[in-house]
Amino acid sequence: MIFANLLGRLNWHALPQDAITRGGAAMIVLVGVGAVVALTVTHKWKWLWKEWLTAQDPKKIGVMYIAVATLMLLRGAADALMMRAQQATSVGSSQGILDSYHFQQVFSAHGTIMIFFVAMGFMFGLINLVLPLQIGARDVAFPFLNSTSFWLFASGMGLVNLSLLLGEFSAAGWLAYPPLSELQYSPGVGVDYWIWALQIAGVGSLLSGVNFLVTILKMRAPGMTLMKMPMFAWSVLASMSLVAFAFPILTVTLTLLALDRTLGMHFFTAGMGGNAMMYVNLIWAWGHPEVYILVLPAFGIYSEIVATFSRKKLFGYASMVWAIWAIVLLSFTVWLHHFFTMGAGANVNAFFGITTGIIAIPTGVKIFNWLFTMYRGRIKFTTPMLWFMGFVVIFTIGGVAGVMMSVPAIDYQVHNSLFLVAHFHMMIVGGVVFGYLGGFTYWFPKIFGFRLNERLGRYAFWCWSIGFVLAFTPLYILGLMGATRRLDHYDASLGWQPLFIVAGIGALLVGAGIAFQILQLAVSIWQRDQRRDLTGDPWNGRTLEWSVPSPAPVYNFSTIPVVYERDPFWVVKRMGAPRQKHYEDILLPKNTGAGVWIAGFAFAVGFGMVWHIFWLAIIGLLGVVTSIIVRACDEDTEYVMTAAEVEKHENALARRRQTV
Amino acid sequence: MSEVAVETLQTPHDEAAATEKTVVGFWVYLMTDCVLFASLFAVYAVLHHNTFGGPGGQELLKLPYVLVETMILLTSSFTCGLAMLAAQRRNKQQVLVWLGVTALLGLSFLGLELSEFRNLVLDGNGWRRSGFLSSYFTLVGTHGLHITFGLIWMFVMMFYVAKRGLTNGVMKRLTLISLFWHFLDVVWIFIFTIVYLFGSRGI
Amino acid sequence: MKKHLKIWLGILLTVLAAVLTAWCLRGHTVSVLQPAGQIGHKERNLIAFTAGLSLVVVVPVLTMLGYFAWHYREDNKRAKYSPELEGNAIAETIWWLIPTVLLVVIGVITWRSSYALDPFKPLSSTKKALHVQVVALDWKWLFIYPGQNVASVNVAAVPVGMPVDFEITSDTVMSSFWAPQLGGQMYAMPGMSTHLNLMADKAGSYDGVAANISGKGFSGMRFTIKAVSDAAFNSWVNTTHHAPHSLDVASYAALSKPSKNNKPEFYGSVDSGLYDTIMTKYMMPTQTNIPHEHGTEPTGGTTP
Repeated sequence: MIFANLLGRLNWHALPQDAITRGGAAMIVLVGVGAVVALTVTHKWKWLWKEWLTAQDPKKIGVMYIAVATLMLLRGAADALMMRAQQATSVGSSQGILDSYHFQQVFSAHGTIMIFFVAMGFMFGLINLVLPLQIGARDVAFPFLNSTSFWLFASGMGLVNLSLLLGEFSAAGWLAYPPLSELQYSPGVGVDYWIWALQIAGVGSLLSGVNFLVTILKMRAPGMTLMKMPMFAWSVLASMSLVAFAFPILTVTLTLLALDRTLGMHFFTAGMGGNAMMYVNLIWAWGHPEVYILVLPAFGIYSEIVATFSRKKLFGYASMVWAIWAIVLLSFTVWLHHFFTMGAGANVNAFFGITTGIIAIPTGVKIFNWLFTMYRGRIKFTTPMLWFMGFVVIFTIGGVAGVMMSVPAIDYQVHNSLFLVAHFHMMIVGGVVFGYLGGFTYWFPKIFGFRLNERLGRYAFWCWSIGFVLAFTPLYILGLMGATRRLDHYDASLGWQPLFIVAGIGALLVGAGIAFQILQLAVSIWQRDQRRDLTGDPWNGRTLEWSVPSPAPVYNFSTIPVVYERDPFWVVKRMGAPRQKHYEDILLPKNTGAGVWIAGFAFAVGFGMVWHIFWLAIIGLLGVVTSIIVRACDEDTEYVMTAAEVEKHENALARRRQTV
Repeated sequence: MSEVAVETLQTPHDEAAATEKTVVGFWVYLMTDCVLFASLFAVYAVLHHNTFGGPGGQELLKLPYVLVETMILLTSSFTCGLAMLAAQRRNKQQVLVWLGVTALLGLSFLGLELSEFRNLVLDGNGWRRSGFLSSYFTLVGTHGLHITFGLIWMFVMMFYVAKRGLTNGVMKRLTLISLFWHFLDVVWIFIFTIVYLFGSRGI
Repeated sequence: MKKHLKIWLGILLTVLAAVLTAWCLRGHTVSVLQPAGQIGHKERNLIAFTAGLSLVVVVPVLTMLGYFAWHYREDNKRAKYSPELEGNAIAETIWWLIPTVLLVVIGVITWRSSYALDPFKPLSSTKKALHVQVVALDWKWLFIYPGQNVASVNVAAVPVGMPVDFEITSDTVMSSFWAPQLGGQMYAMPGMSTHLNLMADKAGSYDGVAANISGKGFSGMRFTIKAVSDAAFNSWVNTTHHAPHSLDVASYAALSKPSKNNKPEFYGSVDSGLYDTIMTKYMMPTQTNIPHEHGTEPTGGTTP
């Protein structure tokens, strides 16, 4: 009896009850057990803890972010394939492969995972890997905060995946609109998992926003004024400003929904003075800036890629900077376009429709500037360049759909239909994902010291691109045929099935693209000795990250460079590098597991809140506070690498370069 | 790893740069906290008339009581300032005294607020009663939660100052906590105005 | 030569795909593009116009991408190479200006159409609008005709050429009322009343869906709008008056219990003010005698 109360609403029924959930749980367990076995057999536990989990080096933290994001990509893609399979087969008398209970969880998980754990994870991963190197810094402003941010992100991911093993996930869509997400209509643990996973990961994101903002403002190399920064750094500055303004809104909104569900409050309930429309406003006041948070760094990556592979300066640097900040400002003025159909009236709809249209202007300017960077360049069609070109095609078409939907009267017809779904996937996949994949391929040699197999990269690109177009073009047509989103079944007489089948084939092709990328990674690792990057500059790059050896040493730069112009490395290469090497002692952060502890306790809070095991949540909270205090009182958080040690390290790297 | 002490590496210039970096970072964090409170105020603005037939601000909010709370908090900001002045004079004892007074005032504030909440709940006007009450308890309660964390921090700082003295690192952290405390005071002014002053008039 | 072949193959495949798609779609309605209602027509015209206008940007962008990629490729030594070219005031002005001009045009269209096609705005007509009240339930649509004192579930008859003022609410979670061939959609929300003014301009049976996820049975939450002649409409009203059940407090309570894939039902009379009662119970505590159950297992259709 007491025991039952101790576990809140957790009981044996939480374990997977049917074949589908058991299958999903089995996958997670398999991966987990596989990892544990592999680590045990190779005696790598200590190595994992010392070299990776407690690392403060942003390059290592970046790799961990990307590893987690990739794992979650596999899960999100599996969800996508299930959704396509369902919609291709659930016609007429057939119920497809999933019932509505599972289907609704699958698409809710798909959206949540892709945005919060794949896209955000990849983004923070790339920023960690590249930003300090690009601005001539050794680290980010607050290394320990950086590590904690990653672990909070991982903690949120843990909760989302745990929902496959214990309980269920939300069936209310990736944004969980009330009243559907309120206790009355979603009494299970699903929405609670959603809330707490996002709340914990969201705090991590917010802290990263602060961290990278200060890094760019305060840690640029001497001589690197803001207007001499690489465009990727500008885009990160803009994106992190958005994070700082938008994520607190998410924190509040999630908290209010949690308060409704856990303490019986009435923020968004139907009745008792609640206002569900307010949730929609709040969540999109965060949600719209969020998509710009994701896409701006991708834009920055494109700027780097196009300039490098056209072997030409970026066209219209100042214009690009202004365009980025126009986008940042405007992104706070458009949120209502996500719910024109909620009945705000002509005045309000017209205003937001116009602001939404306006934001297309700076975006268009950027595309023209990229095209004119190609103009009169000498273009090399490496895999990153291909990703850029695929982006231009897909993003432009998707953008047109967006401009159309910015007209409220048009939106009334296509809102929440598959037309909308096609539009935002073109923006996010064509814009964000292509950029991150291109950036990953581009910067891979700098981090790991060898290049990725180009041919497999090309195959991956073409599978992704063609698959993507096949998967989403039919959705535009379906939307215009009156197909609303998230349907788990439809009538045969509607004639939708052939289009869904084509979309399913496209999804499989995208899956093949992902498979090629995994193959590319495996093959490249296997071939790494032949593919070594010995110069540190495999692409004939233009910015500072290419001036250090590959893989970059823990301290990045043995001597902090002085910058005089944009594209400083390009200048150095043409004018010749000053060879004088004056080494100095370098201060570096010591590894620490404090971030793991904080996030672990946060996980306990989340788990406790989900299952109403309130004593666990309280202990978790106390644990978080205590861990923070203990860490704050720790005086011994840094160590010194003496000039002699730096010199020794640099000489070893130089010797390796000479053995070409 | 090396035997060279970390302290010798930190030139005054480096340390000043590190402090500046931390203070800037903390300001950015405070900005985000601003947005957090702004969102809660927006929610309150939307919901404050949603009493669902129950009592509203006019019936429930007692101005004299809140005035006392406000005076206590404002005074605590003042004493916090005195603590910082003492810190700049490197007077460890004074710092401890004034921090202690600030903390005591903060505790009193919290006590009064909790008492106010308790009375409301016992009268059947808890956070479940209506959208208005949900938003009232959450907005005021979030501020109270921040005060609580500030107090925990303050106690830790007092312990730190007592044990380590007024080193540069400690000075840096004292700067941060005083920023935090003043910020909470500013937020309270807004709460006092928008929730209590306006609310008691039925606005 | 091989690259040329790939490009031609790509174009051929695309054309083939388009032809196949068109063939697959024969006999089926692309509702938004084949409207049967006044509002739907205007919205479609907007779609066509904005899509066409966007080509002004899309065509040059894609052409430039293709041409620049081809002409300035590394092994084309004939192409001019200007590595230091980092800006051109005229060029940049042009492409700040062109999108701006386009968006001003679209902005004007947005402004005008937001007012002209405002769902709350009554349609101009010599005929008086038919008032139909819509209640979104789990997982079906209730139509109440206050003027005719009848009600129906999942089917609504309207006269051709007569403006209809749909007054919409929900007695469950947020939903969205959408009959794409007639016009755009409008959210249905508990405690709120929204309006959607539509008019069918030719007779027919028009599908409707719930365009916002509302729980397990939401896929089956479909309805039909039957646009008929005036005479046929009156006849429908008369026939429905003879339906055995009336929609009162008790029968409404039974109806609002969760159920999926409901077949059309009819009610011969409706308690007056029922819609208002449904809506206002969310706004103020009432001594309501409409017992309403939520979150129970669905009673119709399949159960997971």
